Amino acid sequence: MGTVTTTYREAIRAALRDALQRDPRVFLMGEDVGRYGGCFAVSKGLLQEFGPERIRDTPLSESAFVGAGIGAALGGMRPVVEIMTVNFSLLALDQIVNNAATILHMSGGQFSIPLVIRMTTGAGRQLAAQHSHSLEGWYAHIPGIKVLTPATLEDARGMLWTALQDPDPVLIFEHGSLYNMGGELPDDAGAVDIATASVRRPGRDVSLITYGGTLWKTLQAAAELASDGIEAEVLDLRTLRPLDTGAITASVSRTRRAVVIDEGWRSGSISAEIMARIIEQVFYELDAPVARVCSAEVPMPYAKHLEDAALPQVGTIVATARQVVRGHD
Amino acid sequence: MRPGAERNAVPDPEHARQLLHQMLRVRRFEEKCAELYATTKIRGFLHLYIGEEAVAAGVMQALRPDDRVVATYREHGHALVRGVSAAATMAEMYGKVEGCSRGRGGSMHLFDAATRFYGGNAIVGGGLPLAVGLGLADKMQGLDSITACFFGEGAVAEGEFHESLNLAALWNLPVLFCCENNLYAMGTALARSESETDLALKAASFRVPAWPVDGMDVLAVEAAARRAALAVRSGAGPLFLELRTYRFRAHSAFDPELYRDKQEVDAWKQRDPITTFLAVMQERGILADRDVAAIEADVAREIEAAVAFAEAGTLEAVADLTRFVYSEPTAE
Repeated sequence: MGTVTTTYREAIRAALRDALQRDPRVFLMGEDVGRYGGCFAVSKGLLQEFGPERIRDTPLSESAFVGAGIGAALGGMRPVVEIMTVNFSLLALDQIVNNAATILHMSGGQFSIPLVIRMTTGAGRQLAAQHSHSLEGWYAHIPGIKVLTPATLEDARGMLWTALQDPDPVLIFEHGSLYNMGGELPDDAGAVDIATASVRRPGRDVSLITYGGTLWKTLQAAAELASDGIEAEVLDLRTLRPLDTGAITASVSRTRRAVVIDEGWRSGSISAEIMARIIEQVFYELDAPVARVCSAEVPMPYAKHLEDAALPQVGTIVATARQVVRGHD
Repeated sequence: MRPGAERNAVPDPEHARQLLHQMLRVRRFEEKCAELYATTKIRGFLHLYIGEEAVAAGVMQALRPDDRVVATYREHGHALVRGVSAAATMAEMYGKVEGCSRGRGGSMHLFDAATRFYGGNAIVGGGLPLAVGLGLADKMQGLDSITACFFGEGAVAEGEFHESLNLAALWNLPVLFCCENNLYAMGTALARSESETDLALKAASFRVPAWPVDGMDVLAVEAAARRAALAVRSGAGPLFLELRTYRFRAHSAFDPELYRDKQEVDAWKQRDPITTFLAVMQERGILADRDVAAIEADVAREIEAAVAFAEAGTLEAVADLTRFVYSEPTAE
């Protein structure tokens, strides 16, 4: 069996094409997904292949087209709704939080909503404070939806189909800095599970817990730590809701130390939730206080040096992990 | 000729009885709800539809079982006329597991898959995008079902109203937008919240045909709804009915009604959709006193049975609290 050279963007496109071919109920809708080819060129070519009924350009009406996705899911379709960025998704927050997340419960289990919403998240491209935030942790606060954060080519390729098989609303956050990431995928790459975290690098000294765009910075940090004699384990959460707490506590129980790396802000965040679960469940296993590396609490600035300073970086991850392992000098 | 301007066909006695029956069911059901609210059997918010019954009773005549309905938090009437049983609706008000939403929705969130009743939406304007999506699903599947979406005139101030009308018109979707204009968004009169108070004009700006209808006249509502549903079903795209009506009771049980004059309320009560319909039908000899008495007796029995059903209902086990957050695996 061979492999193909591909990118994160192409892997998502392949997943979309696969879903559109496999299930006539699947369609894609969002701003500029058709003629423009997708704001980040993810859906490029799909309009020509599947036509305007199934690759559906929408007006700039996030609330209406996300709500229409919910309605279409209720009506028997399997919509994939694309929102350009997580910041724009706030215009559809009413539909996501008040409808998608609640209708199954409010209806006493009568109406499920098999809807997938994809959107770009994260910083690193100098797009400033209205295109760069990482609000997936916010969404992970909401019962009734699932929150996926593919960081690898395998997950970019495989999470969509599993999400479409799910009877409930699933949000997929694609980190904008990953679209150009290249690599190899097996010829037969397909669906992956969306319920478990994955150890991307095993290690015995400290657990580096992360997801999405910061996975790669964290793996780089782990490599640097290894050259310094510290064997870090890197846990990719993959799914923020439901959180694979078992994988987190298992890793921390092995390494007895943890650093959480999250591009979101720290106050009231998913990183805070992960730390709380560690403290609640494996406090007595710990050899050091749990630490974290998050974005600075500032709207994302435009200037490159300021943006870099606001984001978790390899150096900060290395320094924080080293301090957790070795304590103060 | 615009519906509402036309003379409505005189109904045959059976149809007249049916319309009266539906309006009276809603009226008496809600009077009972108000009573039960006062005795704390029903809690939460209770928004009564009393005065507006002709709208739900008239529009539902135009719908088929495979059509879909999206309603607001003032939706007892829509649910009942659509066919959700009074018993399941009352049990829902009681918060019982036998309720149409298993006691998880309450008065504002009545749902029923069997009658394709998609709620009970308590975010003003929040149901419109859903209706657009339901219409999209039907269209993409080549079905000729339509979706009737009810909302108040207060919703026209929401962005979701404008986004939804545009999308439905742009994509030529089978959605019948039913705007229940009762003049007040809670306590805010239309003229105090809208720079343009002509609602039909707003709909027309999206190229959605808009017909004003006397919402106090059940025959006018039915005639307009039938014509509108026919057009929507035939693929003509969405249509907007402005159903001019009035809420006789307070907005909810907590409303002291400081924002409108008693004279205004009294004047509208002269146009009560039930008594005016009854008067015309009796004058024309279509309904007799004994018909009315029989309908009242029938309605009273149904509501009495609904209350008994709700009283006898069970409370869901607290152990099941977190059910229905996500779908449960179905047995293969």
